[in-house]
Amino acid sequence: MAALFSARGYNIESLTVAPTEDDTLSRMTIVTVGSDQIIEQITKQLNKLIDVVRVIDLTDGPHIERELLLAKVVAKDRSREEVKRLVDIFRGRIIDVTNTTYIIELTGPGDKLNAFVESLGEIQIMEVVRSGVSGIARGDKALRS
Amino acid sequence: MELTGAEIVVRSLADEGVRHVFGYPGGAALHIYDALYKQDRVQHILARHEQGATHAADGYARATGLVGVVLVTSGPGVTNAVTGLATAHMDSIPMVLVAGQVPTHLIGDDAFQEVDTVGVTRPCVKHNFLVKDVADLAVTIKKAFFIASTGRPGPVVIDVPKDVTANSTKYSYPKSVKMRSYAPVRKGNRKQIKRAVELLLNAERPIIYTGGGVIQGGAEKELTKTVQALGYPCTNTLMGLGGFPASDPLFIGMLGMHGTYESNMAMYECDVMLAVGARFDDRVTGDLKKFSPTARIIHVDADPTSIGKNVRVEVPIVGEAKEVLADMNALIPDNGKRSNGEAIEKWWQRIKEWQGLKSLNYDRDSELIKPQFVIEKLFEVTGGDAFITSDVGQHQMWAAQFYHFDQPRRWINSGGLGTMGFGLPAAMGVQIAHPEATVACVTGEASVMMCIQELSTCKQYDLPIKIVNLNNRYMGMVRQWQEFFYDRRYSHSYMDALPDFVHLAESFGHTGICVEKPSEVEDALREMFGRKDQLVFMDFITDQTENVYPMIAAGAGHNEMHLQPLSDGKTPQAREVA
Ligand SMILES: Cc1ncc(C[n+]2csc(CCOP(=O)(O)OP(=O)(O)O)c2C)c(N)n1
Repeated sequence: MAALFSARGYNIESLTVAPTEDDTLSRMTIVTVGSDQIIEQITKQLNKLIDVVRVIDLTDGPHIERELLLAKVVAKDRSREEVKRLVDIFRGRIIDVTNTTYIIELTGPGDKLNAFVESLGEIQIMEVVRSGVSGIARGDKALRS
Repeated sequence: MELTGAEIVVRSLADEGVRHVFGYPGGAALHIYDALYKQDRVQHILARHEQGATHAADGYARATGLVGVVLVTSGPGVTNAVTGLATAHMDSIPMVLVAGQVPTHLIGDDAFQEVDTVGVTRPCVKHNFLVKDVADLAVTIKKAFFIASTGRPGPVVIDVPKDVTANSTKYSYPKSVKMRSYAPVRKGNRKQIKRAVELLLNAERPIIYTGGGVIQGGAEKELTKTVQALGYPCTNTLMGLGGFPASDPLFIGMLGMHGTYESNMAMYECDVMLAVGARFDDRVTGDLKKFSPTARIIHVDADPTSIGKNVRVEVPIVGEAKEVLADMNALIPDNGKRSNGEAIEKWWQRIKEWQGLKSLNYDRDSELIKPQFVIEKLFEVTGGDAFITSDVGQHQMWAAQFYHFDQPRRWINSGGLGTMGFGLPAAMGVQIAHPEATVACVTGEASVMMCIQELSTCKQYDLPIKIVNLNNRYMGMVRQWQEFFYDRRYSHSYMDALPDFVHLAESFGHTGICVEKPSEVEDALREMFGRKDQLVFMDFITDQTENVYPMIAAGAGHNEMHLQPLSDGKTPQAREVA
């Protein structure tokens, strides 16, 4: 998949993959940007891969996107309180604590995670790891049907 | 009955109907070679290099429409075959390559002769498989043939570790396979086909442009019917030659970089274009911004990714050329009076004017052998009835321009990848497939050197191929670009220290003949084709300065062609037309 994107010069913002309830299938969510024509080509090229069962463009309809972010930040003195406040505002959780650091867990659409990272402002970030986006269409239709 | 994996490979091939396998042995493939030894349903042809084996299987496939089959060992066997896989992939040729692999427990260990075959071949195959369990072997082979030969065809690799070829299981070869994620579309959408026919029937300046998809899809009869029923001009890509008979007056020659003036101008000025089994390659379209500015395009292709990739298509039709054209033909009324009759007549007049320019002309009074003359004579002497393989360069273009193909599968060349070294091994494959046919390889002294070792294979299997070497002592096509675009700085395009090809051929046990005068060309060719049972290597010493015309420079438009300079010595650039 990744090889296809690089060989054809398409951008790839993120790619997530994991097994599904059917153990013969994995599901991937790929986030990419391009003109309508490029997206059409990408969809066709992915469909052409022999192992690909189905490709849908989630942005064709209402859908939900979620991504997980883990961040290790410096949390000392005054910033300890401030970080905690920010995490609460963004409905995240602090899941690991040392005298000088926090590890924060946050899920949401990509732009919410971006906003959170930005709002950390002066606070020193030691590491950020993001899962990439997983997506699913709203409503009663499923990808498999 | 229990069989070993190696026996299953060979039995499966036989049960698939495979009669010839091209290959080269080595450690990881030895069990399979042993199984080959013990049977006589599948004949193995030993090439002298894995590249030669893949090109031979490729030529075999192109000449017959069957799947070409290759067997190689792991590591260097596979890497040597990669060029052949990529060549077949670019031209959508059905091929199955079985590769030996190091035993499963050593995979990933940098074992002796290990290479990540699946990884190395992925970008240049239609699909590949690594078989880890002997129980999966037969069904994987069936799948490989199914994938290789359906939809838009292409090469498929099966990587088989040595322990898998040693293990045993019960054998049965599946009659068919179904794959939930692979179901090529055969029939085109009826509504779209109706729209296409309407558009065509109302066209004023139509053109039918067809490519290798018509050849690979066996759609030549349907295409001929379409073109003749409509009475519209037809042009072929380099890969599409023979899809429509070249001798038909509706044929206006090849298009693209070295296509005829009339084809390219007709492409430029057309109002409706029917493209079938062609992919709007850059060598055909030139500058996309200047490509057929007024055309409304109908595109028929088995591969949805080909449609709308490079140009805007008004009527896309996904389906096999044969099926779609047959459906279109059913909707085209017989040659009655048509509302666009007058416009079409005017259009043909315009095309005739362009044809009047005789863009394929060349100097017929030269003291030196003109390469075009050799091909013209080759066409005459063989009665247009030979299989012609080619390499890459000027000679390839001249063969395409001056040998007129009335039938499909007769013109066999590496169009997409442009692989020098293809011609000779491809000719071997053609000759194996058609032992009685006349097979000629039109090549250049640089290209032929790239797989020259295959002369040895030709000896072993008594393949009476006729090699037409257009020897200009240059990498002619490279020299031509350097003359036009690099101020005649002929950087490394000179073939220094060439072998004596006559002796070279003789040392392999063949006949070699050198021809230096135009007056000798025809007799020499007659002698060559008279020697029915021999491979003859004919070395034509040609005019070193000859260039291929017409020419559209890379990135220019169809209306910006360079034509052959006149005897007044004006440069081609000065004669730019339109
Ligand atoms: C494997 C490979 N390497 C390099 C090239 C680039 N190339 C294209 S044409 C050409 C020259 C071919 O010379 P020759 O076979 O003598 O044919 P001519 O053009 O002189 O007819 C070269 C080097 C190629 N097509 N394939």
